[in-house]
Order: sequence, then structure tokens, then C-alpha cells
Amino acid sequence: MELSKVSRLITGKIVYESAPQPQLEYAFSSDLMSDVLRFNMEKTILITGLATVQALRTAEMSNIECIIFARDKKVTENMVELAVENNISLITTPLTLFEVSGRLYGNGIKPIF
Amino acid sequence: MQFEYDIQGGDFSSAGKASSDIKKVLKQLNIDPQVIRRIAIALYEAEVNVVAHAYKGVMKVDLDAQKIKILLEDEGPGIENIERAMQEGFSTASDEVRQMGFGAGMGLPNIKRNTDEMLLTSVPGEGTRLELLVRF
Repeated sequence: MELSKVSRLITGKIVYESAPQPQLEYAFSSDLMSDVLRFNMEKTILITGLATVQALRTAEMSNIECIIFARDKKVTENMVELAVENNISLITTPLTLFEVSGRLYGNGIKPIF
Repeated sequence: MQFEYDIQGGDFSSAGKASSDIKKVLKQLNIDPQVIRRIAIALYEAEVNVVAHAYKGVMKVDLDAQKIKILLEDEGPGIENIERAMQEGFSTASDEVRQMGFGAGMGLPNIKRNTDEMLLTSVPGEGTRLELLVRF
């Protein structure tokens, strides 16, 4: 799925769009970064409420290509800098983690486990 | 190739910088992306451990065509019971560490899973030493 479609499905706002655009097939919802680091994360979206630099670092280490920050969590300049440096797309949305997960699952994004 | 990084305890804004740097070096060396991912994750978990638990530490990386050797030494409280620390779910992390998305007792088992060799030793009250090896 293209980034623009992911964003549209969750009434999101694309804060940073990496180039080339990621093709996203899977998603993992978690606020626990050590849990994220346990799995293979190719073509994967991280859906989280943890809006910190460590969410970006975790994505960088595990090759995650897109992060969705739920419940309008604030994305800082430092976070955007890391996203640009490591080519990670960022989306914010007012929806909850639960609703983001449900909408994407219902539209064909598969779980990682 | 050798690299050395100082790591400051408690400095969460910088946690991951050293691991990020090494990951970028490995990417330039044409190493299998899945091997790079394993190394990056082990390095990052280990770096976060020093930031989360120690006063200060150093990460030394020694890289050749066949393997990467990583040594992390820190000055800090050390680990009382290493066997227990290696169990999934056991953690002594502070609330601050947990708010950063860590401290669930998964870091050390995660490091072990992603490396070919792992040697963890500690002197309680003095510090911890972690040696890792991954073959390419």
C-alpha cells in the first residue's frame, strides 16, 4: 500500500515522506520498543503512541519504513531530522492506536508476528 | 577497522547515536542486510542498557571481513544476578526508562538472540562488561 493511501485511511497528516515512497504491507502496534526490536520489520509500519527520538532510533535499527503516531502526539524537530537522515516516513493522526490498527487491518495491511 | 564511542548514562536524547553510526558503516561494506539488522539491534539494545543503567560507558567496535566484535564496558551499579537478568521479563529499570519504551526485561535476551557469541560479566557496585561477536 502506498503512503498516501495509508494516511488517507486514518485521516492522517504526512509529516515526512521518504523517497522513494515506501510500499507498505505489514504493521506492528506497540509502545514497547524492545518488543518492536524482536521482529523482522521489512515493509512494515510502526503504529505507536510513543513520540520520542527512541521510536525513530528503533525504526532505524529494525528497518521500519513508516511510523504512525496515534492520538496527535507531537513530532519534534529532532524526530523529523532522524526521519530524513534514515529515510523513514512519518504520519500523525488524531485516531487512537486501536482505531488506526483496525482501519489498516480492515484494508489489507497484515500483522507481523 | 576500529571505532570507539563514549556513552553517557541517562542521556536518552543521544541513545542510539553510536549504533546508528556503526549501522551506516556496515551498510557501505556490502554485508547481508539481515546480518546488519541483527548487529544494529544488538548494538542498540546494548547502548540503551548503558544509558538506562550506568553512569558512563564506552563502546568499542572491531570490524574485519569476516566478523564484528563489540565490547561495551560501563561504570555503574553492575548486575547482581546475571542469570536472572538474562530471563525475559526481568528488569530493574526506572520509570523514566520505561517511559522511553524500554525496561521490560527484553533487552539482554534480544541481544543474545541476535549475536553469535555473547559474554556478560559484572562486578556489582563497579560496572558491567559485555562482549559480542557476529560473523558475516
